[in-house]
Amino acid sequence: MSFVANSKLFRNSIFRLSLLYTLLFALSVVVLFGYIYWATAGYMVRQTEATIEAETDGLVEHYRQSGLTGLYDVIRDRLSREATSQDIYLLTDKNFKPLLGNLDKWPQGEVSETGWLMFRLPPDRSRDGERYQARARVFLLQNRYYLLVGQDTHQLEKMQQLIRDAMIWGLLITLLLAMGGGVMMSKAMMHRIEAINNTCHRIIDGDLSQRIRTTGGDDDIDKLIQTLNRMLDQIELLMQGIKQVTDNIAHDLRTPLSRLRRRLDMLRIGGLPDGEQEELIDQTIAEADGLLTAFKALLRISEIEAGSRRANFAPLDVTALLDDLIELYEPLAQEKGQSLVWGKMPTRALSGDRDLLFQAFSNILDNAIKYTPDAGHIELALEDRQDALEVIVRDNGPGIPQALREKVVERFFRLESNRSSPGNGLGLSLVAAIVKLHHGTLTLNDNHPGLLLRIQLPRQS
Amino acid sequence: MRVLLIEDDNDTAAYLVKGLGESGYVVDHAANGRDGLFLALDQVYDVLVVDRMLPGMDGLAVIRSLRAADNNTPVLILSALGEVDARVSGLRAGGDDYLTKPFAFSELLARIEALIRRAGSKDEQNTLLKVDDLEMDLLSRAVRRDGMAIDLQPREFRLLEYLMRHSGQVVTRTMLLENVWDYNFDPQTNVIDVHISRLRGKIDKQFDRPLLHTVRGAGYVLRGEQ
Repeated sequence: MSFVANSKLFRNSIFRLSLLYTLLFALSVVVLFGYIYWATAGYMVRQTEATIEAETDGLVEHYRQSGLTGLYDVIRDRLSREATSQDIYLLTDKNFKPLLGNLDKWPQGEVSETGWLMFRLPPDRSRDGERYQARARVFLLQNRYYLLVGQDTHQLEKMQQLIRDAMIWGLLITLLLAMGGGVMMSKAMMHRIEAINNTCHRIIDGDLSQRIRTTGGDDDIDKLIQTLNRMLDQIELLMQGIKQVTDNIAHDLRTPLSRLRRRLDMLRIGGLPDGEQEELIDQTIAEADGLLTAFKALLRISEIEAGSRRANFAPLDVTALLDDLIELYEPLAQEKGQSLVWGKMPTRALSGDRDLLFQAFSNILDNAIKYTPDAGHIELALEDRQDALEVIVRDNGPGIPQALREKVVERFFRLESNRSSPGNGLGLSLVAAIVKLHHGTLTLNDNHPGLLLRIQLPRQS
Repeated sequence: MRVLLIEDDNDTAAYLVKGLGESGYVVDHAANGRDGLFLALDQVYDVLVVDRMLPGMDGLAVIRSLRAADNNTPVLILSALGEVDARVSGLRAGGDDYLTKPFAFSELLARIEALIRRAGSKDEQNTLLKVDDLEMDLLSRAVRRDGMAIDLQPREFRLLEYLMRHSGQVVTRTMLLENVWDYNFDPQTNVIDVHISRLRGKIDKQFDRPLLHTVRGAGYVLRGEQ
């Protein structure tokens, strides 16, 4: 593994986590073996001491009953029986001169107050070339003889050695397994995260159609991938929407711009009669104004869609607002010989943006008057709904084909039949944005014949 | 008439300086808020045109400082659309009128003229308005032309009152919507034109000398010959 790969592994959070776990594991292995060591060794020491004590007590009892001869017999018997055993016997006189036993001389070492003695066995009693320690009890018999009974502790030491070895090996194996597992786990994880990363990079580079592959499972990473993919779907959808809007804008603004350019061209060529030149300039200005209006409407729609205008909301009287609207538009309808009926009702309050709502209703009424033929009929009504107010505008004009009712709120969308009439295809988009800002709903229906338009606005936005 | 333009965008500023100059105004231009405030406090202007977003010192801060210094020169605020609550906060800061970019030059001109006029007639509590032979009594709410009583609807009365108060100046359709109908919105059709033609029918039709004129590409003007 190269250094780069190594450092990459170290930067992997899973690997770092598994390293931490390895250390914790090792610590628990040490604690566990430490306890086993302490418990086992302690038990064995106590066991040895108990054996020695029982043996000593037995010998002393023998001495009391059958005197020195009896003691001699028993010790001799023991020695012959267990020549190679770990038991140690030594009987000396008062001056520690050996009388009987399997030790050549009194061992060196200090006897504790309770009569216990630890010493190193002489070379002739070594096992496997090693000199072990012995543990023994010393007893003074009637102030004349010293009795030493003991056991060499090579078994205990061997056991301790065994536990120590087991601990070291256990620790090594634990560390190796944990590290190996950690590396494998991190590699697997790294692989999956790498896949997410690579896909994201391809998306950043511009290919939004890329999706992250899942392993088909349903663990948390797969769930994350699914969520990311869904998010990408949504972003792609929105991007397509934006692209469509931009394309529409480009397409719908190109026509007036090229007209504008053509007129300016004609003006530069000149040679037009005075009156015509004036008219051409006026037309050009009107065209530019139309473009400005369209841009203004576009900006307003996006401003409204951003929702920042909600700070302007205040209680307002919808009835009064619609009164003003009717008053403003009645002359326009009258000019076309249309009847404009307003099903007036008492004051109804609503929380909203006065100017925006007026804009929305005026766009709708404007459309109704514009598209309903001369001598047509337009009706405006306000109705109570649960927690909401409904403004209804119906006319007996051409209406909107059902298939296109959802499309008419899109920016720049215009019915083919209306292409020749003035307008920029933003009126209903603005209405939809304003209604949405007020948490209301806009529905378009058939009025048999004509359009039936409903706007429901919650009383408290 | 002196106008101080505080605008950081050089193209817009050059266009406005030229346009206002051609319309007979003497224009000073400051490219940032601090210089603008300094000029406004140092010199006497008839109207200030202040862009809202300025480097160094924000347009609204300039207006606030100006008002705090007891300077009551009328201020027209220019702003890019999309600034939150721009209109309300602009007027609250002490601005007198408000125009959103992009705008037509004629609209700006009409508003500047209206501001200058309003500042000049602020303390005149005139109850009788007179343009040529057209008279309006604000107390009795009676309108006559050449001695003949003219019957007007309440809204027509307000419309004529506004036109008379601004006689000789061009008023735009947006100005009429804001001041006569009290709504700030963009009508899709020229719904105002119908109201104007109705009013024209009442005040001009029977007389050989029209007072209410349409200014192409801009708006309307009520103008007498005397």
